[in-house]
Amino acid sequence: MFDLLTIITFLPLLGAIVLFVVRSEMFRKVGALVVSLVAFVVSLFLLVDWHPAVPGGFAHEVQFNWFPEIGLSFHLGVDGISLWLVLLTTFIMPVAVAFSNHYVTDRIGQHLILLLLMETALIGVFLALDLLLFFIFFEFTLIPMYFLIGQWGSENREYAALKFVMYTLLGSALMLVAVVSVYAQVGTFNIVEIVQVLPATAGKGFQTLGFLAFVLAFAVKIPLFPFHTWLPDAHVQAPTAGSIVLASLLLKMGTYGIFRLAIPFFPLAAAELLVYVILLALAGIIYGGLVALKQEDVKSLVAYSSVAHMGFIVLGLFVFNTQAVSGAILQMVNHGLSTGALFLMVGFLYERRHTRNFADFGGLWKSIPIYCAFFLIIAMSSAGLPGLNGFIGEFSILIGTYAFNPWYALVASIGVVLAGWYLLTAFRKLAQGEIVHQENQAGVLPDLGSQDLVMLVPLVAMCFLIGLFPNLLLDKIVPAVEMWLPLS
Amino acid sequence: MNLTYSAVLPEIAVFGGAVLVLLVDLFRRATTVSEARNSTVLSYLSLAVVAVAAILTFSSREEGQQVLFQTSAIADNLTFAIRLVVLVTTALVLLIGSRYVPSFTPQTGEYYTLLLICAGGMMAMAMAADLMMLFLALETFSLSLILLAGMFRENPHSTEASMKYFLLSAFASAFFVYGGALVYGATGTINFTEMASLLTGPDKFQNLELLYIGVPLLLVGFGFKLSVVPFHMWTPDVYQGAPTTVTAFMSVGTKTAVFGALIRLFILAIPETWNESASFLMMLAVLTMTVGNLTALSQTSLKRMLGYSSIAHAGYLLAGLMPGTAEAVNAALFYLFAYAFMNVGAFIIIIAIEQAAETDIERSQLRGAGKKIPLLAGFMTLFLFSLSGIPPLAGFFGKFLLFRSIIEGGFVWLAVAMVLNSAISAYYYVRVIVTMYFRSDATPLPAAQGTRGLYLGMTAAGLMVLAIGVFPSFWLQLLAI
Repeated sequence: MFDLLTIITFLPLLGAIVLFVVRSEMFRKVGALVVSLVAFVVSLFLLVDWHPAVPGGFAHEVQFNWFPEIGLSFHLGVDGISLWLVLLTTFIMPVAVAFSNHYVTDRIGQHLILLLLMETALIGVFLALDLLLFFIFFEFTLIPMYFLIGQWGSENREYAALKFVMYTLLGSALMLVAVVSVYAQVGTFNIVEIVQVLPATAGKGFQTLGFLAFVLAFAVKIPLFPFHTWLPDAHVQAPTAGSIVLASLLLKMGTYGIFRLAIPFFPLAAAELLVYVILLALAGIIYGGLVALKQEDVKSLVAYSSVAHMGFIVLGLFVFNTQAVSGAILQMVNHGLSTGALFLMVGFLYERRHTRNFADFGGLWKSIPIYCAFFLIIAMSSAGLPGLNGFIGEFSILIGTYAFNPWYALVASIGVVLAGWYLLTAFRKLAQGEIVHQENQAGVLPDLGSQDLVMLVPLVAMCFLIGLFPNLLLDKIVPAVEMWLPLS
Repeated sequence: MNLTYSAVLPEIAVFGGAVLVLLVDLFRRATTVSEARNSTVLSYLSLAVVAVAAILTFSSREEGQQVLFQTSAIADNLTFAIRLVVLVTTALVLLIGSRYVPSFTPQTGEYYTLLLICAGGMMAMAMAADLMMLFLALETFSLSLILLAGMFRENPHSTEASMKYFLLSAFASAFFVYGGALVYGATGTINFTEMASLLTGPDKFQNLELLYIGVPLLLVGFGFKLSVVPFHMWTPDVYQGAPTTVTAFMSVGTKTAVFGALIRLFILAIPETWNESASFLMMLAVLTMTVGNLTALSQTSLKRMLGYSSIAHAGYLLAGLMPGTAEAVNAALFYLFAYAFMNVGAFIIIIAIEQAAETDIERSQLRGAGKKIPLLAGFMTLFLFSLSGIPPLAGFFGKFLLFRSIIEGGFVWLAVAMVLNSAISAYYYVRVIVTMYFRSDATPLPAAQGTRGLYLGMTAAGLMVLAIGVFPSFWLQLLAI
């Protein structure tokens, strides 16, 4: 019961409960930071103690009965894929907490409690090896996210929060039907067993319906074009920490679910329908890029760039060769780091000027050079500049896609060009040119302080680390992908 | 003749307790004048009665299945489960009422007496093994509820609620009695077991054509009580007009008792008729949840909203019972148990916020509740999330169990209808939370009339919503038939 995985999952929840009881604001701030840091340190032990029985298999597993009457067991496990997503979660969360500690003033205690609840739910999603348990964590993420958007967001936050909830609930309603139908078919919620049994036993009609139900639920979360319309609303309205969690971590639940559940459960249907999913992914890449170009608001630009980037990941997952799928998994981590960092940058700017419109900026290079330098690095990481993390992921996806169908790769590479275009445009509008507004003068607008750098530097360091030594991650990702997916 | 009184001791305790409360009230009235004090004393006394009945309920469970009174009553695990849910609901309603009751009626003694009689009638519903006993139990609790609904005499809405409930109850009883008479005409018996023995063999419905009219009429009678669409029109008005403690009691208690009887008669005794009516009932179930949820979307009054939501929940329960298996019955009992805590819980918050002169609050009155009354708002959030079925709360596992029995029974489209409905219902539940947390404006929130009993009831209900979610297995086994 006191397994490493259980501890990592429930440490944040425990912290949230303690924070709920203790009412001192100072204690809550320090406590939340300490808990999230400890969770990160503990999750590093997964790396230290990494001895999967077979290459690419599960290195840690824990299972005990929760509700045997319905077949629900508390079953967690970590392989080379969930490992990196859990580490990403525990790595990003202290940054989100630190940012909130520094900048959020209104009901900071509740804010931190919600972030910690979110962390437990997310880790649970990435570790769950029981289908129903996965669903429970998956649904539970709604509650903290809903409050984070609705309570600390900008003007139109109620609408955004409600839209987020309704989209997600409708998506997961059908998934629940599929989850229970799978159980009725196989007689277990154990994901590993289902993967072994279901593809061989389920008929084609069942597979198609099940695949559609799962993919629809995940498509809303990812968000895959055309199910993305909640995302810009939610992002633009969410507070910075909420945006970071949403973009870096929450969206990954969708792609992770596709990789872990939808494809291996219903391989026949996936092979049959992959063209449609790929077309949607490509549409998302192009559409997200084009719309991002047109944005007046830095944050919605980053939000639409997420639509494009997530399209890339979906493309990689559905191309069905080890290279592209591994690239997609790596890209999930990369997108988490660079988009998280981008939202952090937007947050720094917003907290200083309380506006995010490009029109209010310009010439920042002259007044806050450190900020601009970091912005440029992160933008380049997001755009996929070689040497930084984004490059490796996108490149593997593109190579894999090319082997699958060169035309898809061609369309996707237009997306790469677009990404460079809109990110550099953003940089130009913010940093270059003359200072038009008095508020942006040097001395008036403070540059990044040491507290800001403490949050930012680790993220940027990770971007370089992955960019220069991608095999640190790929060594574990590739065998796990080969183990999990029935690839040609 | 062998009478095993031990099996009916819980009902005896409750009815006896009702008489005791009436007498104590009578003697106290001769000496004391303070209605508030009187209410507190009587609520504690009634709570003690409920506690004794609960202990007797548990001890009678040990004795296993018992057939009583010339096979007109039966005590088994189903009886146990229904008794438990009714007693738990009664206890919660008693806890929250001590300060609230004197605010709407000077006759506190009558309130507690009627409440106990009503609870006794509801418990007896699940014991009934023939149509006569069933009808007696039904009338016992219905008549008490009619009186309870009208106890706020100065408020015309309360009187209206009482009148409406009376007329529609009379209507429902007429359907029920006529259906019962036809069933008797067809089978020559009012006893469930004897009916079942007639309905075996390949030509089971031969010479029993009257059943085709009698059974639907019985179902219509039940449908009125359960507020199944299209027999639901009375529900929102009665819920809104009745004193809120009564609404809370009625929403859970009636549902529990009537579903208990429905299970006893149609699923356990004569499942043939249940399966025959499946397509008809399925349609009603889908209609009930859809109409309930869609109408709840446009409500501004919280009690009306919960009224329509209660219609929707009746629809879920009916849908869950469609397969007619033991699993389905267990799921329904679990659901009712979970529903008791989350639904009464939601009403507790309304009671806490209601002003003395009101019997209802608007959603907009909750603006800013998250800041001004964080504890109440927090619990309300918990109950509403549970009602909308967010894991891992009690409501989620309740819905999940129903849902699973539907799918395993092969009714996939019914299951799809249910989850889509559940997603729609989240909209109006969550909107209340939006109002509490994300809206604040100048209108001052009425001071919460929190009493110790109210907070105790709220905390107990909240903890149970969590406990059922964390240890669902234990509760399912406890309630299983």
